[in-house]
Amino acid sequence: MNELQIQYKKILADYIENQTERNLYIGQNFIRQLIQKKITPEEVIGMHKHAIEEISPDLPPASAHGYDFLIEIMVHFGLTLKERQSLLERQEELRIEMNVAANIQNLMLKTTVPNTNQIDIGMVSIPIRKMNGDYVHFLMDDDTYVGVAVTDVVGKGVPAALCMSMVKYGLDTLEYAENNPAYVLEVLNRIIEKSVDDSMFVSMFYGRFDIVNDLFTYGSAGHEPALYYSSVEDTFYDLESKGLLLGVMPEVKYPQFEVQLQNNDFIIMMTDGVTEFRKDETINSREIIGNLARSLCHLSAQQMCEAIYEELQKLQKFGLEDDFTVVIFKK
Amino acid sequence: MMNVNVQFREDGNVTRGLIEGEIDTYTAPILRAELDAIRVANGMLIELNLSKISYMDSTGLGIIVAFYKKVTKENAQLKLVGLTNRLGRLFDITGLSDLMDIEMDKKVELSYESI
Repeated sequence: MNELQIQYKKILADYIENQTERNLYIGQNFIRQLIQKKITPEEVIGMHKHAIEEISPDLPPASAHGYDFLIEIMVHFGLTLKERQSLLERQEELRIEMNVAANIQNLMLKTTVPNTNQIDIGMVSIPIRKMNGDYVHFLMDDDTYVGVAVTDVVGKGVPAALCMSMVKYGLDTLEYAENNPAYVLEVLNRIIEKSVDDSMFVSMFYGRFDIVNDLFTYGSAGHEPALYYSSVEDTFYDLESKGLLLGVMPEVKYPQFEVQLQNNDFIIMMTDGVTEFRKDETINSREIIGNLARSLCHLSAQQMCEAIYEELQKLQKFGLEDDFTVVIFKK
Repeated sequence: MMNVNVQFREDGNVTRGLIEGEIDTYTAPILRAELDAIRVANGMLIELNLSKISYMDSTGLGIIVAFYKKVTKENAQLKLVGLTNRLGRLFDITGLSDLMDIEMDKKVELSYESI
């Protein structure tokens, strides 16, 4: 330390004598040595104080007090900086864990669209953040029924993801696509109501397509109504169905309704990320989606879903703010 | 800067709250804290005025429902007033308008200046 003190004084004195680039450069190089010897910034200031006092002994007392003050606050500065660095490291660890969790969730909640000649099914589900708060579940009994659940968890992030896993396993235990939508919703409501916190809910549209009779039966638990397009009438209908969100009250009954599908009819099921236009509430988004879908009806159900996503992204100027899910059943 | 602000006024056995601003994932915790701070007593009526909410997403809806459950548990009553058409539709779709006491937007003359 003493050695360094002497060296520092010499370098400083040279610079005060002659303020050249070269003398400054020597000082900068000297700092590297100090770092190697683990000298802290406040110790450097201490050195500087001593050196300057020896070079000009008649400095006013304010100067010495000023240096002492600087040394004290630099000590604090160092501590705060260290704390910050450890927080950053912790944050990085959490980010990695979060990525792992998101990957597991995506794997668990991966949806496979069933393939059947009787009905054309398409789906697009795009999360706004890492974890998707929307989930689509299909059930199929060999060429008799196809069931579909389109769900949206109220709430976002990790809690929503955990809740969604529960919805998935609830649906898995129902096993058969033949179940009535009213029954499915009632059972899921019971499961969710028991298990989640008071401000977490799930909205679900549940549909069952009877392949033999071309009959689509549906029920809704607080979910955005699906759109039904009748090709004979060239008209859209809202598949309205009153039903409370899943998880609010313990025993809830859900009504179900049905619609007979003709050739070229289709049904668009979606989450509120599709219909929501935050920036402009005068927009009638359901009408826009209907018109869009009508102009696309020569395409396959999957192509329709993809085109709707692209168009709505453009309309929202690429500022979609919610998970986006659209499912189409096309006869 | 998005924000949410709640002002309360007690009026005998009725507590009136005016919620202003945008309620989304980021501001919802503020609303939750504000509502949690209300002391809910047996038989009391809490009236929340939602007419000054310029935007509310499903997270905000969750906070309101949680509050509804808390109030109901304490044998108190919750009434929501001043819903815009847009909010009204949200409560309709979710089936909550059948469950909760809701009054659509009418010009409710309330003075909050004295708070």
